[in-house]
Amino acid sequence: MELNATTLSLLFFVFVLAMFLGVELIRKVPSQLHTPLMSGSNAISGITIVGALLAMGHDQSGIAVLVLSALAVAFATINVVGGYLVTDRMLGMFKSKDKDGGKP
Amino acid sequence: MNAELMRGLGYIAASILFVFGLKMLSSPVTARRGNLVSALGMLIAVGVSFTAMAQIRWVWLLAGVGVGAAVGALAARLVQMTAMPEMVGLFNGFGGLASMLVGWAEFHGAWAQGTEIHLFTRTAILLTVLIGGVTFTGSLVAYGKLSGRVRGKPILYKGQNLVNAVLVLAAIALGALFSIGVVDGNLAYVLLLGVVALSLTLGVTSTIPIGGADMPVVISLLNSYSGLAACAAGFTINNNVLIVSGALVGASGLVLTKIMCKAMNRSLANVLFSGFGAAAGSRGAGYQGQAHPISSADAYLILEAANSVVIVPGYGMAAAQAQHAVGELVELLEKNGADVKYCIHPVAGRMPGHMNVLLAEANVPYEQLVEPQDVNPTMETVDVAVVIGANDVVNPAAKEDRNSPLWGMPIIEVDRARTCIVLKRSLNPGFAGVDNPLFFKSNTRMLFGDAKATITSLVAEFKP
Repeated sequence: MELNATTLSLLFFVFVLAMFLGVELIRKVPSQLHTPLMSGSNAISGITIVGALLAMGHDQSGIAVLVLSALAVAFATINVVGGYLVTDRMLGMFKSKDKDGGKP
Repeated sequence: MNAELMRGLGYIAASILFVFGLKMLSSPVTARRGNLVSALGMLIAVGVSFTAMAQIRWVWLLAGVGVGAAVGALAARLVQMTAMPEMVGLFNGFGGLASMLVGWAEFHGAWAQGTEIHLFTRTAILLTVLIGGVTFTGSLVAYGKLSGRVRGKPILYKGQNLVNAVLVLAAIALGALFSIGVVDGNLAYVLLLGVVALSLTLGVTSTIPIGGADMPVVISLLNSYSGLAACAAGFTINNNVLIVSGALVGASGLVLTKIMCKAMNRSLANVLFSGFGAAAGSRGAGYQGQAHPISSADAYLILEAANSVVIVPGYGMAAAQAQHAVGELVELLEKNGADVKYCIHPVAGRMPGHMNVLLAEANVPYEQLVEPQDVNPTMETVDVAVVIGANDVVNPAAKEDRNSPLWGMPIIEVDRARTCIVLKRSLNPGFAGVDNPLFFKSNTRMLFGDAKATITSLVAEFKP
């Protein structure tokens, strides 16, 4: 994307709207699900892996950029993989009274 | 269809899936599917990003992804539910570090090629590095405190706030010089490295004064920072999917931070700067009186006769790994004809929702978990309230003693139940270091010992 006033204001526009959307969404999450919410948002913040991949894929990345971006990929992947898996593991434990397999 | 348009659409699809994933987290029935939806969004975002890579260096790529995936999968598989706060704390830090490295790599690439960087992009790089660095080391300290590797008590020294203020000002000064671009490439790099060092230092110095009991607030806040760091990285590379997802996480952390502060009746500034629980003389009235210790055989008789029971779990239950024993006891109580509820205070444990996860692990159906406002109005009709390793969240000083540091905090009013049994190791004050008059009330019975051992012996009493 070319960097000009239009692009900049669009980026900010997206940012502001996403913040408002985030607040509205999260306010509806009941307190019993706050821990999975946090581990799930850990996973989402691993989106920075996209930035790391793009940095790694530049045409003439030198060795330093490769090292930095590979480290970034590694840490972001820990967040993505670890975050989604542990959230799934936790949510798998939440059981309702009505369903079978709830209480032994 | 050209590649850029396809990528844009892919990123939009990913953002939509993230939003729906979070929306589905509003009910335990749909939450697990929501997590999958969100993961699908991530897969799409990563997938379409490959089309933007001019070169794919497979060795570097696979090394990074391989190590990250292995560590992440192992951690997710092996972590104990009691250790979730540490893990989330550590993951916040990794997110911040990854974003910081992205900002750094972008700058290094442009520096090495002598490309001029736009003022706006420089500012974005600066923010990425600053927020990412603070998030990283701040999270490491939080991890250390939560896992017991670092002393949980606030670490205070004279002029602490001044030192932090100087660090912030120095970071802003270096950052401003870096951003406005009056300096040439090499000096700019030095400035950026200075900001890296300052941000890493600041993460440590701003987190050590915060006590272990305030960690729910701190990890919520760091959660928010890790999102904002990703957001700043998004501004660095002008990428909407980073901005949207980062903002969602940033907002999520902020909402949780606010909920936690409200549940403690304290401002965020008070949590961050006051060194709560360390200052001498803030312990409250220093209650004296006669506690009524009982044995587990006595406790059995009380519980056996109860028709309604409220269980109030706290960090002590997690520390003693007593959740399975508690679940078993509650089943026996129910078989005995009692109506049993678990009442969970929002700040019980070391992270938001920690107790709910532990009890879910012990097969407690989520309908049985209620919040303080569901129980407090009818507390007089409760026969027995059993407090398991919770302290500050049931401290009646919050209602009775204007001088208590806990004054005004919404509590679970177990002192109004007909009988209150407190399971505790000793009469020592809780994590916040505030004395608890509950222990000396006439309707309170103290059951001393390790929570798990005590509950297990109660379970044994119930079994014929």
